[in-house]
Amino acid sequence: MTDTVQPGPADVHSHEGESRRDFLTLTAGAMAGIGVICTAWPFIDSMQPAQDTLAAGAPIDVDISKVAPGQQIVVLWRSHPVFIAHRTADELKTLQDPKETAQLRDPNSEVLQQPDYAKNWHRSVKPEILVVVGICTHLGCIPEFQPQPGSEGPGWLGGYFCPCHGSRYDLAARVFQGVPAPYNLPVPPHHYLNDTTIRIGEDPPNSTFDLNDVEQI
Amino acid sequence: MANQATHGKPVSQSKIVRWIDHRLPMFTFMQHELNEYPTPRNLSYWWNFGSLAGITLVIMMTTGIFLAMQYDPNVNDAFNSVERIMRDVPWGWLIRYIHMNGASLFFIVVYIHIFRGLYFGSYKEPRELLWMLGVVILLLMMATAFMGYVLPWGQMSYWGATVITNLFSAFPGVGSDIVTWLWGGFAVGNPTLNRFFSLHYLLPFIIVGVVILHLIALHQHGSNNPLGIDRKGPQDSIPFHPYYTIKDSFGLGVFLIIYALLVFYWPNLLGDPQNYIQANPLQTPPEIVPEWYFLPFYAILRSIPNKLLGVCAMFGSIITLFLVPWLDTSRVRSAFFRPVYKWVFWVLVFDCLVLGWVGAHRPEGIYVIEGRLATIYFYLHFYILMPLIGIFERPLPLPTSIAEAVLKKHPAAPAPASAAMGRH
Repeated sequence: MTDTVQPGPADVHSHEGESRRDFLTLTAGAMAGIGVICTAWPFIDSMQPAQDTLAAGAPIDVDISKVAPGQQIVVLWRSHPVFIAHRTADELKTLQDPKETAQLRDPNSEVLQQPDYAKNWHRSVKPEILVVVGICTHLGCIPEFQPQPGSEGPGWLGGYFCPCHGSRYDLAARVFQGVPAPYNLPVPPHHYLNDTTIRIGEDPPNSTFDLNDVEQI
Repeated sequence: MANQATHGKPVSQSKIVRWIDHRLPMFTFMQHELNEYPTPRNLSYWWNFGSLAGITLVIMMTTGIFLAMQYDPNVNDAFNSVERIMRDVPWGWLIRYIHMNGASLFFIVVYIHIFRGLYFGSYKEPRELLWMLGVVILLLMMATAFMGYVLPWGQMSYWGATVITNLFSAFPGVGSDIVTWLWGGFAVGNPTLNRFFSLHYLLPFIIVGVVILHLIALHQHGSNNPLGIDRKGPQDSIPFHPYYTIKDSFGLGVFLIIYALLVFYWPNLLGDPQNYIQANPLQTPPEIVPEWYFLPFYAILRSIPNKLLGVCAMFGSIITLFLVPWLDTSRVRSAFFRPVYKWVFWVLVFDCLVLGWVGAHRPEGIYVIEGRLATIYFYLHFYILMPLIGIFERPLPLPTSIAEAVLKKHPAAPAPASAAMGRH
């Protein structure tokens, strides 16, 4: 208030008037704030994956009858390359070689990078068939499939080699020590519809693994 | 002036605000243009439409930026990408309906704003450039709206684009070359859609630039007012903030209620169902109608039985607006004090509505005659009536000041604005 105003009957109520105005200002401001947030939300939410994008992320069925031992196929699920490798008996043996497992960061798959049904020495449902998301846990490149022993230097027993920054994984997609990648490659939810058909993106009954739960894709 | 109460005071008690303001005087600027900006104390609700237009522009740009994140400017994908926005994108239907209906409301608001200016003589000295910048904004808006309507690639999009671009073929000699250049091909096609999308995104930012010029020109001499007489002293004005910010906010509330009713209850009321059919270059719809806000211009185009003259008459109707400050010879601004012009103004409003009505119907029978008469009257108004009325009309006596007129009308109104300033 200005100091020139004469104190009078009007001023007796001035304090009351001020608090009434404060109340109106605060409630109007709060309403406007809520309005702005409610208005902003549809715009922010519109940038989430759309329904058709989500529908395109539905599970896919893959026929693996043509994948011979020693071979690998790559399929696309939710825009991720998924490696499906058919490992030979010799290759499976290397996975349990103590000399080899001693060099791994996480030989027993302790970090949540796979569903329970793939938390085993071969990181898969069937020992010979490996299903992993082929995205390097370092910075997102696609590792190369290098099953030939020695192809990536002496002592290489076969595995995955990332060309971007030299990360190395064994044939169960477990990461080696001394490379930039921190985690094993993630195993997506999958199960067998029959002996030669895998459904990728769906857990077997009684399992509730979600790929979003893993430490890192 | 009315700003004495705040003059010389620091902009804020806050040290941070003063530190910034000393280096970048944005707080002083705001203080000057909002708190101190002296505004006539008698502005009516007709003066709400400028700020409403500005807010609508912001709404259009915001929704447009989010729509552009989902839209595919390719003839094969455009229509489906809009349907995807409507069905699959979270809240996509809401954002698109806000944008679609926003275009219509933008034109309603701007048309009222323009007719407000015509009634109260807001284009007269010294506000001629302010008015002309407004006409530039109108032209840019029309171009933006037209190209935006092409983007969903429905039947009306395609055929509207074909008809409007073909207008340029009326120019003798170079006409067909211009049209080919506009299309980037032999007909409206993918290159056309691509460039329209690019320009539809660009033009609003140019509109923002012209709006800034419009505001600079406005703040140079301040708002006109219902009496059309100049402010003569502090008793005639009140600061823009809080008096007109609150009045504008109230008007905005009413506007948003109407906006929400359209978006949520009648989202397609102002659109054409033909545009939910994908563009088909082999089939013209039975009737090509532009969006409602172009109908009066469309009526002028069709009422003249000569291609070139029709196009000239249509563009001429907007060019005419540029000349209004000089076509109106009266020195009295407000139609309150102009007993003849006041009625002629409403005849013009009616004439424009008739043109809109005619534009929505097939050019047959009575509509042809109606359209021709309304077109002739439109030009008669600006080129004959406006100059002559200004010369022969005898205006009513003007009040000596805004304050005098306000206090006469409301004897209990608080005395001079400077006293009201004491509340700060």
